[in-house]
Amino acid sequence: MMPSAERVSRDASGPVVRAENLGKTFGRAVVLRDVALQVAAGEVLALFGPNGAGKSTLLRLLARLMTPTSGTLMLFGETGQTSAVRRRIGLVAHQSFLYPDLNARENLLFYAGMYDLVDAPARVDAWLERVALADVGTRPVRLFSRGMEQRLALARALLHEPDLVLLDEPWSGLDAAAADWLGALLVEQRQQGRTVIVATHDFERGLAVATRALIVHRGRLAWEAPVAADSSAAFDAAYRQITGAVAA
Amino acid sequence: MIAAWRILHKDLVLELRTREALSGLIVLVLLILLTFTFALNPEGASAAAPAVQWVTFIFAGLMAIQRSFLIERENGAWYGLLLCPIDRGAIFVAKMASNVIVLGGAQVVLLALLVLFLGVSVPVAPFGLLFVNVLGLIGFAALATLFAAISVRLRAREMMLPLLVLPLLVPLVICAVEASRIVMAGGTIASAGPWVRVLVTFDVIFSVAGWMVFEQLVHE
Repeated sequence: MMPSAERVSRDASGPVVRAENLGKTFGRAVVLRDVALQVAAGEVLALFGPNGAGKSTLLRLLARLMTPTSGTLMLFGETGQTSAVRRRIGLVAHQSFLYPDLNARENLLFYAGMYDLVDAPARVDAWLERVALADVGTRPVRLFSRGMEQRLALARALLHEPDLVLLDEPWSGLDAAAADWLGALLVEQRQQGRTVIVATHDFERGLAVATRALIVHRGRLAWEAPVAADSSAAFDAAYRQITGAVAA
Repeated sequence: MIAAWRILHKDLVLELRTREALSGLIVLVLLILLTFTFALNPEGASAAAPAVQWVTFIFAGLMAIQRSFLIERENGAWYGLLLCPIDRGAIFVAKMASNVIVLGGAQVVLLALLVLFLGVSVPVAPFGLLFVNVLGLIGFAALATLFAAISVRLRAREMMLPLLVLPLLVPLVICAVEASRIVMAGGTIASAGPWVRVLVTFDVIFSVAGWMVFEQLVHE
């Protein structure tokens, strides 16, 4: 386990994420264009925007699951897609990345093995406790509810203590208690010096954990501001003006 | 290679738990073989056995190989694998190995059914037949695993895999059929030498190439 002080000092040398003129097209469809973004260690960046704005694509680019069509992307000061960079990324996407016919514990043990984690069984048990799934750890994932699967997906993504945590709609499927727990977890991640980028439609929860908010609209970063206690009204106004929709 | 072992172990656990690939494979083998049994003249059936064996094996095997990647698409586990800090060639090695094991099981059943349905006599020295089958199996698994990784991302994946793989399998099928014909008739491995050498070359080329190019192939 890496001490948080060491993590902060290692990342303090430069931005965790640095994107310049980043673009992604699928065929003729331009999904992202001219994205310029810098995210420092310890920041929690909340990405908002309507469906199809490009948030998920941006997260997949940042996770190095896709190659940008244009522009440059540096993660931890590296442009390449190395194992060392992948080791420092944790992603929760729309899909859970879990095997339905393995049980919860087997899924986490498998991923712990893939990341070559020491004391994997103890770490897996600790995470099953944290996500309140210890009682059903031997139950196949295909029998899990959406919320249980989402909690296990969070454990899977954070098991290896990534420096960059990417979350796509992480509150989806969670009940109120679990959603509150996730909010507290993200604040804890920030305090430990990890960088979190979260794409969400849940404005209230997103703004509650974020240090900076960003609105993505039609593939562009349309608005950006640091989050303060009173930024909700400014955000609502900006969101309404940019997207034509009312912030929920 | 410890990552490859872990992926292989996970695949085998999933297969033992669901038995979807092997059971589907054996049913398909049985159906194709039954069709050949009724279609072939009983007197010539035994002579046609090597060709029947490999055609049956290839068509049934393609389905099983495709499934080995489809289990990764469910819940997006494929992306979970790609995110892991491992040499992506290890994914190819693991998938190929699990396909060799599952297809090997099906091949044993297929050989037993050939004896039963087509009256093929069991060779006095079955080592030669076993050797040829293992060579054919490895080559087929290497090439088909490689292309299954490509086709699984395509919309018409069920159609694309056979279209991509079958033309490239022609040399392997010809050599496997000819070598099997010789060893089934009681010949030695040495007498099937030219065919066996091509099979070995095919195995080495596609196993090594698959491992080396997999990283590029799976990157979107």
